[in-house]
Amino acid sequence: MRLKNYPCLPLALLAALFAAACGSVDIDDEDLDEVGGTEAAAVVTRVDPATAATVNGKVYFEGDLPRARRLAMDAEPACAGLHTKPVYSEVVVPNENKTLRHVFVYVKEGLDGMMFETPTEPAILDQKGCIYLPHMLGVQINQPVRILNSDPTTHNVHPTPRNNREWNESMAPNVPPKMKKFPREEVMIPVKCNVHPWMKSYIGVLPHPFFSVTGADGSFEITGLPPGEYTIGVWHEFLKEGVTTHKVTLAASESKSVDFTLKQAS
Amino acid sequence: MPTSIGSAGSYHYFAVLTACFTFLLIVAGALVTGNEAGLSVPDWPLSYGSLNPPWEGNIRYEHGHRLVAAFVGLLTIALAVWVWKKDTRGTVRKLGWIALGVVVAQGILGGVTVLWYLPAPISVLHACLAQTFFCLVVSLAWLSSPAWARRHRDAGCSLSLNRLAMATAGAIYLQLLLGAIFRHTQSGILPHLLGALLVTLLAGWLIAHVFQSPRLPSGLTVAATSLGFLLALQLLLGLASWLLRLATADAVQPLFPVVAVTTAHVAVGALILAASVILALQSFRVRSEESRTGSRTPATPVNP
Repeated sequence: MRLKNYPCLPLALLAALFAAACGSVDIDDEDLDEVGGTEAAAVVTRVDPATAATVNGKVYFEGDLPRARRLAMDAEPACAGLHTKPVYSEVVVPNENKTLRHVFVYVKEGLDGMMFETPTEPAILDQKGCIYLPHMLGVQINQPVRILNSDPTTHNVHPTPRNNREWNESMAPNVPPKMKKFPREEVMIPVKCNVHPWMKSYIGVLPHPFFSVTGADGSFEITGLPPGEYTIGVWHEFLKEGVTTHKVTLAASESKSVDFTLKQAS
Repeated sequence: MPTSIGSAGSYHYFAVLTACFTFLLIVAGALVTGNEAGLSVPDWPLSYGSLNPPWEGNIRYEHGHRLVAAFVGLLTIALAVWVWKKDTRGTVRKLGWIALGVVVAQGILGGVTVLWYLPAPISVLHACLAQTFFCLVVSLAWLSSPAWARRHRDAGCSLSLNRLAMATAGAIYLQLLLGAIFRHTQSGILPHLLGALLVTLLAGWLIAHVFQSPRLPSGLTVAATSLGFLLALQLLLGLASWLLRLATADAVQPLFPVVAVTTAHVAVGALILAASVILALQSFRVRSEESRTGSRTPATPVNP
């Protein structure tokens, strides 16, 4: 085969490579509309407040956690000037009681066949002090997410989902908030600012409202559950058990406590 | 008939200038990857809808890369036209247009990496096409140089040296491809290590071969010496990059020492490729001239 007889071959190869590269990540609008439209056709589950159950607990860690990493904002005066004290990464934030902050706890299984109303109240993701607030956020499928830029500098917001559509949009200072939705279930979607590469956040997208993020005392509480048997999932970005689970059975109006212990990645 | 090489000399320095800026462009690209700045500017071909976006954070790296790339594109247009006007060698004239086509394709690929969120195959292709373009520009610079124009009768360039030089250049290019795959896909390092071994063996063999042929032109010996020095430096940089990556695996942002060493690793890789291309070209030149004049390679070296 003489290559000069096929002048378009390199272009064809390039096009094939483009197609191969992008075939795995492309989610077209029809797919998304279909996902978003299923709710209207289904019957929304109403949980009787009189029988609603609760699961709560704490997430502990075991072993030595990596030391907190100080964020190097020095090269960015617009960011460094927003802080009077050193700022540390929120990847692993241990509490004094040997619990962990920023752990996403959610009902992983047990709600099959139930459909829950999508909140119209937006969840808030702010960029403030060149960090994301909150570091970890839970939303329901198609719940609006209101993204703010409270900083005097430019950010870009770039979620890198596996299951939802990827997008990357800039946010200059003082621009109006962005409203976004995620139409597919996904635990978790990393969100990154490529302008300030230390800025990372995670969004958990679920088809129900039964999730919680641990706070300063490492505790979580999931309320309003219908009685039943559930698998509770726990997700943390750094530890070995990215998702660890525990089965729990809840009777009507029962409140059950479940603690988790996560181990450091080896 | 005009002396084609003599007339080509008028654009030699411009080709060298283009090669220097292309090298700078490769360094700028490595800084973009090292600083995770590839998507800090979400749009293309403009940056934040402008030619002059805010110079904040990683935007500096990404937009800086785009500016150098645009300048190299302009230099390449001028170079291609200059070569076409001044050089009488058909192959070299074609090379100028090929370089222009490659730099245009490279620019489009750069845009595609941004608009399609850095798909790994495209990023690898972008990295490799950068090295291909660098080879082309270095070739144009060398083919228009006085060293290329010099006559080399009875220099003692064997066919095996010629083939070895080309095999080494090919292996170095393959190694750069493996490095790009490792960097952009976070795949295992083993192929890149095996590539390093292959390149070290071939380059060592080639360098030894050059220095065992004392009548070879200085261009070859200088290129071989440079190749040896750069290869040793590159092995050290590769080791340092790997150790630094391991030591900073849990880093929450790109760290300056890692970025500096990995960028140097990419830059020296490009220089090694350039040295090997010059070696291959020059050995081809000497060999073809010897074949044309009917001289044969003597096995025994002679005193200068």
